[in-house]
Amino acid sequence: MRIPCPWCGDRPLSEFTYGGDASKKRPKHPEKASAEAWLDYVYLRDNPAGKHTEYWHHSGGCRAWLKVTRDTRSHEISKAVLARPQSDGARS
Amino acid sequence: MHYSLGSIIRNAATGHKHWPKQWREPEPKKAYDIVLVGGGGHGLATAYYLARNHGLTNIAVLEKGYLGNGNIGRNTTIVRSNYLCPENSQFYEHSLKLWESLSKDLNYNVMLSQRGALVVFHSPAQRDAAIRRGNALRLNGVDAVLLDAAGVKKLVPAIDCSPSARFPVLGGMLQPRGGSVRHDAVAWGFARGADAHGVDIIQNCEVTGFRIEKGRVRGVETTRGPIAAKKVGIVVAGRSSLVGQMAGLRLPIESHVLQCFVTEAIKPVLDTVVSFGAAHFSIVQSDKGGLVFNGDLDGYNSYAQRGNMAVVENVAASAVSFMPCMSRLRLLRHWGGINDMTMDGSPIITRTPVKGLFFNGGWCYGGFKATPASGWTFAHLIANGEPHPLAASFSLERFESGLVINESGTGPLPGTH
Repeated sequence: MRIPCPWCGDRPLSEFTYGGDASKKRPKHPEKASAEAWLDYVYLRDNPAGKHTEYWHHSGGCRAWLKVTRDTRSHEISKAVLARPQSDGARS
Repeated sequence: MHYSLGSIIRNAATGHKHWPKQWREPEPKKAYDIVLVGGGGHGLATAYYLARNHGLTNIAVLEKGYLGNGNIGRNTTIVRSNYLCPENSQFYEHSLKLWESLSKDLNYNVMLSQRGALVVFHSPAQRDAAIRRGNALRLNGVDAVLLDAAGVKKLVPAIDCSPSARFPVLGGMLQPRGGSVRHDAVAWGFARGADAHGVDIIQNCEVTGFRIEKGRVRGVETTRGPIAAKKVGIVVAGRSSLVGQMAGLRLPIESHVLQCFVTEAIKPVLDTVVSFGAAHFSIVQSDKGGLVFNGDLDGYNSYAQRGNMAVVENVAASAVSFMPCMSRLRLLRHWGGINDMTMDGSPIITRTPVKGLFFNGGWCYGGFKATPASGWTFAHLIANGEPHPLAASFSLERFESGLVINESGTGPLPGTH
């Protein structure tokens, strides 16, 4: 598996660290969020067999956090963008 | 048919042409008292113990493939009960006790070999942790023996115990009653035992949906037609999230791939189950002579049943640094299994919000050794509607309440357990 880093190009898996499901949203107001909202954010996962949006950290490279769309049945990557919107126009 | 010395002699005399089939291949009936979704080791064990312990026999086990095709035939055959958390320790110890009498109970040789399970440590901090774990095990009535480096060298000469090793060995914690089991025999033995009690084992029958009316389960839809049931148990290893979603369950589980390896067969070199302490690496020698070993999870969500080369390289490096004599062995086979990784690394055996629907899964990669106890306690839950005391902590509610059982202490990161 090679991940197409927007800065570095195709790089081998061993340069990256997995950051998990990128579809989960942290509760906007942590102090007001209900126990159910925290349960959902911290523990519950859709775990699809198919397209999965996930974070990867290019920890052995440019150290950018990426948001990658990958098929969990084939490991095929269809999209890899920076996780955080950048001022230079590269947006997730 | 009861297997015995007499039955072997009789069948030998007739050229082994009259051995009966070990289980029937029945057509699914329209309705059962209990339907178990998944004919893996745990599903078959659950059916067997429902019949044996609770006298319930109007049961169907639905398997989408064939018996022995899934994780029951993909693991590294290791059994042990050296867990630190008291909930796990007692549960797995019950499992090991069941293993010890299973061949006799099933009248089927599962080839349990209690050759000892050794975990090696390489630093003073790891030694402290091992001693703590050993003491905790002994307080729970589980066997544990502390070895120094000379003791490790004596027990397993193949380990590099020299001071110049990349990770010098300081000692190890041995569970003498740990060992290995012939894994496919476990599937066949439980299937034969359940079938003998009248359980219908239905292969090539995939569940495609659940019939739920007014919050109560009424049956399942399958590729071979609908089947009504008063109670349904889901026990589907790596596909728990997908099957659970059909019943409206949202689970704290991610599916991850674990790769296993077996080398060409060599003469006996390793008569103990051994785990390396410096990286995730466990190894056992099979009766055929192959060295069977696994490394770490690949670490990302996967349903692919195959992994990537980075882990292969890491496992090979661990093998050679731990047991340098392996450096020139060739790999014979290499495969991946899909593991239900829970958010705390411990299994789930639970009721669900749907009445009559029960769930068993999230075995991470510790499921094989748990097979008998998983079946035993899940059967208890399905039969009585109340959790077995040994598995009461494995409820789904623990994620709401925060009473998680996190053996490794790494937090809600499934890839790290």
